[in-house]
Amino acid sequence: MIVLGIETATVQVGCAVGGVEGVLAEFHAARGRRHAETLVPAIQFVCQEASIELREVSAVAVDIGPGLFTGLRVGIATAKALAQALRVPMIGLSSLDLLAFAVRYTGRTVVAAIDARRGEVYAATYRPVPGGLQRVSDYQLWKPRDLVLELVALGTECLVVGDGVLRHRALFDGDSRITVGTVGYAYPSASALVELAHPRAIREEFVQPSELTPLYLRQADAEMAWRKRREGMGAPAGWTGSVGGRRNGGDGDGGVAVAEGGG
Amino acid sequence: MTAASHSSKAGAALAEGGWEVPSPCRVLGIETSCDETAAAVVVDGRDVLSSVVSSQTDLHSRFGGVVPEVASRAHVELLTPVVAEALVEAGVDGSNVGAVAATSGPGLIGSLLVGLSAAKALALVWDVPFVAVNHLEAHLYGAFLEDPALELPLVVMLVSGGHTMLVAMEGHGRYRLLGQTIDDAAGEAFDKVARFLGLDYPGGPAIDALAVEGDPKAADFPRSMLAEGYDFSFSGLKTAVITHVRKHPDQAVADVAASFQEAVVDVLVAKARRAARDVGARGLCLAGGVAANSRLRERALDACIEDGLQAFVPNPAMCTDNAAMVAAAGWWRLRADGPSSLGTGADPNLRLPLLG
Ligand SMILES: [Zn+2]
Repeated sequence: MIVLGIETATVQVGCAVGGVEGVLAEFHAARGRRHAETLVPAIQFVCQEASIELREVSAVAVDIGPGLFTGLRVGIATAKALAQALRVPMIGLSSLDLLAFAVRYTGRTVVAAIDARRGEVYAATYRPVPGGLQRVSDYQLWKPRDLVLELVALGTECLVVGDGVLRHRALFDGDSRITVGTVGYAYPSASALVELAHPRAIREEFVQPSELTPLYLRQADAEMAWRKRREGMGAPAGWTGSVGGRRNGGDGDGGVAVAEGGG
Repeated sequence: MTAASHSSKAGAALAEGGWEVPSPCRVLGIETSCDETAAAVVVDGRDVLSSVVSSQTDLHSRFGGVVPEVASRAHVELLTPVVAEALVEAGVDGSNVGAVAATSGPGLIGSLLVGLSAAKALALVWDVPFVAVNHLEAHLYGAFLEDPALELPLVVMLVSGGHTMLVAMEGHGRYRLLGQTIDDAAGEAFDKVARFLGLDYPGGPAIDALAVEGDPKAADFPRSMLAEGYDFSFSGLKTAVITHVRKHPDQAVADVAASFQEAVVDVLVAKARRAARDVGARGLCLAGGVAANSRLRERALDACIEDGLQAFVPNPAMCTDNAAMVAAAGWWRLRADGPSSLGTGADPNLRLPLLG
């Protein structure tokens, strides 16, 4: 079961192939040409290096966000077309889950935060469980200051990772219980995507290319303006949009496990 | 890491037979430069096996114009089923597609990237050439799809929401720009005037439909730059319509629409005719969304008959954005330049490759 993973949710572009032996080859570039110019040649490259023919790929995994809209769309459009042409199913995973997965053995509460630009971050909270982490919040759009207050209120040691926290680092550095992850954990990785997708592929937790949709968490500006005009009022104060499982859903169907091998 | 790059040749003329393309070559074309998500399969640049267009007009109408972020999101959702439909309708699959062509510009960057990325991925899996296509060149090739016997040289009038240009087409891929708009595009003028008159979006079809019931001589609007060169200007006309309506609030909207449309068509037809005569063209060809306007089509056909020109007025579906024209232009480009690099990016400001 070979999985091809595509990761374009941040300024970094990446891809990887792997299977039961783990990741066989991966590529990342956080600076340089644009995602659309780099991605397809990079896919060719990792397949070559791993001695894998594209037709051996049995599932295409892709980061569905949240993240930078244009980057996400390049990755998702590429992944969908690959799956469509290969006639294989897809696995969509969240950028925030991928960030958390990289630090799953920390034993602390983990917060993954991706830069949403405009002074906001996309974030989700995870708590340690045997074998890894479990997501215990929705994927949400936050003002960094509000996120810090939320973490302080949690009252536990926590590790915050992602380019979202690095951009607003000064806000997070104030509390001794908050540790900020280094730049090495700033971007979701394509190898984490493949590692996390592989057990799902074994369990056949697939979506079809036509069903896979990006996780934007923020409407188009024109859409927001139009809705405001129409409703004659804005959304409730402090609310900027959220999707996903129930908040604090510790009952098994609200959270999403990011433990190795699935939950 | 990347395939051999031919992207630097994007500005070169189309020379026949530069690249061996086996026949029949079924090209899958993909077009996502604005608000139409389209895919088509065309054989050897001529025979259309399928052409699927999913218009987002309904999504954008409440905003009164195309919203780039809304368009990009819709393309991601629509492209997979649109491509699937085009393949099924054409009765082809990965095993017998000969090349994949996609618009790489000009257009909305976010929208372009969706189709371009998908096309490169399909070409990679099917192990066939990928061809980056210039949207403007694709419009010119829309005409060849309906009339392969098109005789050159031709004058092509490309009129859409984003472009208004008169081009002398001397050979395949050999274009000379004669003139273009110095302010609004013709389609833009239709949209703005329609909005002012309280008509539905998009404005072109709305004015076209209403003008049928109106008197084109009811109001005397300016024919800007009618006698000067081949360039166009429509912003003065738009202002004149607004001033006129404020002065005559009781005049029937149909009369205003008809008079405005007549002014646009007068200028377009007069300049196209003069251009055709001056460059010794054998025919006149219309392309772009505004070429779907019924009055423009009628008047252009009359002018061609009078002047002894061959008229190429593609059916309205071929004038507006579609992927069949992209597949056709892709086939011609493939023959001239060979495949494009899989590292090709989108260029929102891509220009038509012109002769010096
Ligand atoms: Zn167009």
